[in-house]
Amino acid sequence: MKTKQLVEKIAQYVFTFCGIVAIFAVCSITFYMILKGTPALSEVGVFDLLFKTEWKPTAAEPSYGILYIILTSIVATGCAILIGVPVGILTAVFLTELSDKRIGNIVGSAVELLAAIPSVIYGLLGMMLLNPFLYKIERIIFAGSTTHKMTGGSNLLAAVIVLAIMILPTVISVSTRSIKAVHDSLRSASLALGATKLQTIFKVVIPAAKSGILTGAVLGIGRALGEAMAINMVAGGAVNLPLPFNSVRTLTTQVVSEMGYSAGLHREILFTVGLILYIFIMIVNLVLMKIRKDGEKD
Amino acid sequence: MKNRRTGEIFLYGLIYFCAAISVVLLVGIIAYVLYQGLGTALNWEFLTTVTSALKGTKGIAGNIVNTLYIVVITMLIATPIGVGAAIYLNEYAKPGRLVSLIEFATETLSGIPSIIFGLFGMMFFGQTLGLKYSLLTGSFTLTLLVLPLITRNTQEALKTVPDSYRHGAIGLGAGKWYTIRTILLPSSMLGIITGVILAIGRIVGESAALIFTAGSGKAMLKGLSHFFPKMLESGGTLTVQLYLAATAEADFDTAFGTAVVLLVIVFIINILTKLLARKMDVNRER
Repeated sequence: MKTKQLVEKIAQYVFTFCGIVAIFAVCSITFYMILKGTPALSEVGVFDLLFKTEWKPTAAEPSYGILYIILTSIVATGCAILIGVPVGILTAVFLTELSDKRIGNIVGSAVELLAAIPSVIYGLLGMMLLNPFLYKIERIIFAGSTTHKMTGGSNLLAAVIVLAIMILPTVISVSTRSIKAVHDSLRSASLALGATKLQTIFKVVIPAAKSGILTGAVLGIGRALGEAMAINMVAGGAVNLPLPFNSVRTLTTQVVSEMGYSAGLHREILFTVGLILYIFIMIVNLVLMKIRKDGEKD
Repeated sequence: MKNRRTGEIFLYGLIYFCAAISVVLLVGIIAYVLYQGLGTALNWEFLTTVTSALKGTKGIAGNIVNTLYIVVITMLIATPIGVGAAIYLNEYAKPGRLVSLIEFATETLSGIPSIIFGLFGMMFFGQTLGLKYSLLTGSFTLTLLVLPLITRNTQEALKTVPDSYRHGAIGLGAGKWYTIRTILLPSSMLGIITGVILAIGRIVGESAALIFTAGSGKAMLKGLSHFFPKMLESGGTLTVQLYLAATAEADFDTAFGTAVVLLVIVFIINILTKLLARKMDVNRER
């Protein structure tokens, strides 16, 4: 009898410990990001780091401004959301409201597989297909320009397109789930009042599913902000103002492309860049939880 | 009236167009990767040798082995912890501050991008614990990354086990641990396996969390005595190799060959999870 009670006690402790691992992980990640990310802030100066635009870490007189990098992350994510979210919502509308079962299955499976494809494959295809295509357009637009630096198609536009494609499955699956959860009585009532199918979808069903759709959009923001490898492969990688045909660098690609060879203060700044990304992501996470909580209340 | 009609037709067209995008993208990606990969790079030698300028061979065998190492080590650590956490949340914990803290942490963890995991893994496992660039560092890092996935899937599965099972077992005099071991875990096994397979898929596709933790070594396993020492050596997985081949090495044959292998793995994982999901539905209806 004694051993049985002992085993029960041990089991309880072991399971409690397993539960706490997640808390421990988040705390230590936060701790390390702050520990490694803050020294550079005081060494370079918060203003010089965050609000200057020149990034020359290895020059004789180095300057470490990362304003363009922060801006690029925000602009690229914003544009990707502007493209990806409407397309995703309309696809979800198709899947839930308009498709017959067979075609719905095909589209649904395609979305699932797109979500599972590794990001480096998106990057590879972006390099091979998207960049040459954008280079053609670039050569036409900037044919006579003397100030424009040709990027060979590796630019912000390529990053935005790849990101929009990569967030698509997330947006679609979350919106599909929330549109499906809208009660059929709402649809019937709207149709019975004489609304057409499309009016019902856009004026009744989508507003009713808005908290779920919003969740999908915010998840997309998180995914786009955090994507590193695919963007690094297609965006060119020079630190520039985020304009469509400029070669650019985001917070994530800044870390990926220089962590390998950096040292000293340069390396510390890369950790600061990581910390800034981490703060952005935490804000996105908190917004996400708030939306979910509000959604549960409704 | 006529205006509204054209408006509706336009909207319908737009919806169908958007739905078609996903299918066209997928078919395009698969077709292009297969076209580029099957033609040149992919053959038996590519899968069984290691790229070597000396021998004149080109292959990703080392990367396949590294991927296997990382998948197995990560899952060996993450599965017990993830399942254990789910059991704690579902069976032991009473609603309160600790539970909401654990759930908050799990949710946060699932929202952190892999590059942050990579940075943390490099600093903590690599430098502080002194594991440097190694398969072990990579596996430890990925453990944190897949933990939420396993916990959540196990939780979902545990929730579907009817409470009458628990009451029945306790009523017959079984202890909590005994109930978990003999009733709850077997009943939720399919859900746990689904979580594990999804986690494997995530690991196989991961690159940003690995490049600064597991590194990019390509070496093959050198016999059985090398089995454990290899864990402390740097090793690039298939995705990391693809990335390096496409960027630093500019070796697109290897990149596309690796891409084909990755797509095949992704397909297998997708089919497996679908089969399991179907099986779970059947069980539930019974």
